[in-house]
Amino acid sequence: MNGAFQYFMNNQDEVIALTLQHIQLVGLATVIAILIGVPIGIYLTTNDAVADVVLQIAAIIMTIPSIALFGLMIPVLSVINQGIGFLPALIALILYSQLPIIRNTYVAVQNVDPNMRDAAKGIGMSSWERIRMVEIPIALPVIMAGVRNAVVLSIGIGAIAAFIGAGGLGVLIDQGISRYNRDMIVVGAVGVSLLAIIADTLLGILQRVLTPKGMNINA
Amino acid sequence: MIEFKNVTKTYDGKVNAVDDVSFTVPQGNIAVFLGPSGCGKTTLLRMVNRLVPITKGEIFIDGEQTNSLNEIQLRRNIGYVIQSNGLFPNMTIEDNVTVVPKLLGWDKEKMRNRFFELMELIGLKPDDFRKRYPHELSGGQQQRIGIARAMAADPPVMLMDEPFGALDPIIRSHLQKEFLQIQKEVQKTILFVSHDIDEAITMGDQVAIFKDGRLMQYDAPDDILANPANEFVSTFVGSDRAIKSLGLHTVADLVNQLKVTPVAADSRQISLKTDLRQILSIFFNEGYEELVVVDEEKKPMGSITIQDVQKYLHQTNQSA
Ligand SMILES: Nc1ncnc2c1ncn2[C@@H]1O[C@H](COP(=O)(O)OP(=O)(O)OP(=O)(O)O)[C@@H](O)[C@H]1O
Ligand SMILES: [Mg+2]
Repeated sequence: MNGAFQYFMNNQDEVIALTLQHIQLVGLATVIAILIGVPIGIYLTTNDAVADVVLQIAAIIMTIPSIALFGLMIPVLSVINQGIGFLPALIALILYSQLPIIRNTYVAVQNVDPNMRDAAKGIGMSSWERIRMVEIPIALPVIMAGVRNAVVLSIGIGAIAAFIGAGGLGVLIDQGISRYNRDMIVVGAVGVSLLAIIADTLLGILQRVLTPKGMNINA
Repeated sequence: MIEFKNVTKTYDGKVNAVDDVSFTVPQGNIAVFLGPSGCGKTTLLRMVNRLVPITKGEIFIDGEQTNSLNEIQLRRNIGYVIQSNGLFPNMTIEDNVTVVPKLLGWDKEKMRNRFFELMELIGLKPDDFRKRYPHELSGGQQQRIGIARAMAADPPVMLMDEPFGALDPIIRSHLQKEFLQIQKEVQKTILFVSHDIDEAITMGDQVAIFKDGRLMQYDAPDDILANPANEFVSTFVGSDRAIKSLGLHTVADLVNQLKVTPVAADSRQISLKTDLRQILSIFFNEGYEELVVVDEEKKPMGSITIQDVQKYLHQTNQSA
């Protein structure tokens, strides 16, 4: 442990740079995953048959080992000369994030009290107004829980992305293994864990802030 | 004015939840939909704002066929009060009340003024409630807010589905009276679902009684009590319908129709505004032979006996 601390002190700049890279990768993936997953989740509440299929597919994607998924993407993305590096890692993280985000959005919106939906329609809200003013605010805490899940998951998987040259804290682990440098591995692993814990805590606070005040009793 | 023309609703091709119903509700009237559970009251109500599509027939509001109008516009012009829990839990009381004006694009100042106006109308202090959330209110207060929300954009027509259903009898009768007071000012055309005959008599200018989706009778409460159209109606309104009908008349009505005898002995005084059902219970509970009627200035006008009430009931029932 002492050695790992020494390693960290001696290589602070590099470790911090790798951490920022990690955050960048996961952050961008999460933002895009939300932009894709939340609308899909909302749409699914209007179509049960499609919902089953989509949730199944998302669940299957989750079960593909990340190394295999990276491997599968190499030939596909090589066509545009991006077989390894940032892009395949980004795409993989977006895919892995879909299940928690879509599923939580779907469940949360579906569980909105039917009376609420009825009142919203009855007073003359359009579908979009109803989704924006009533369904999303009420569903937000549960959607946020899905996002938290996705972020923690992505931080872990993001470490493996270093093996296809996407950078991030996984680089320390990757190089530590090939150089038989235990201290590097420890610094990389602890860094990933800390990042996950901090992200989870911050998102937990954000979740509470975003929960509509009137709904604190349920949260 | 709301006109139902041969309106029918069939769910999933099975039995008719509403079966060939036709009647007209005049401008500014409250029509109560009354009947046992499952007789189609809610279905009929929700066909008016097209939350339930009409299977056959037509509904007209002020001569315009509802199906010819834009669904969203139609609903924004109809106040809708659903049975408890219709308030949005994520919005403050003010946001709940002004949600329709907001959809209509009113400016902030106008919405704020309207909020204060409505809260005055329903008897709640605006500043005490503005920033609170629905779950922080009592059932009765939530119900009032629900009504305020429905009235916010001043729609000419209101649909109310058992708005006082979940409340205890005392609060319910209080809100009924309060709402009638409001209605005197606002003069909306209101469709009001209830399964309580007493509520129907109190609230309705007209009462529509349904059984299995069919309209059994549509009349003023008076006429329904005096002349039930069939066995079902007469059972539904109950064997005490004569006594119920007394609630619709006041001492003033009686004095107008019968000659009161001059005051013979000193007795308990009653005002012209007291309804005859109350008079009856005063006679029974307090054991007076006669009661002294006093006018607005508390001057005795004459006295009435229990026989007078009986005679009055007899005459009005015959004339109806
Ligand atoms: N969405 C629906 N699909 C199928 N059948 C329905 C639907 N809604 C209502 N029904 C049926 O239509 C009939 C009338 O229902 P409705 O809700 O209008 O009754 P109601 O008079 O309002 O009863 P209550 O006093 O219990 O509220 C009932 O038999 C009910 O089961
Ligand atoms: Mg009903």
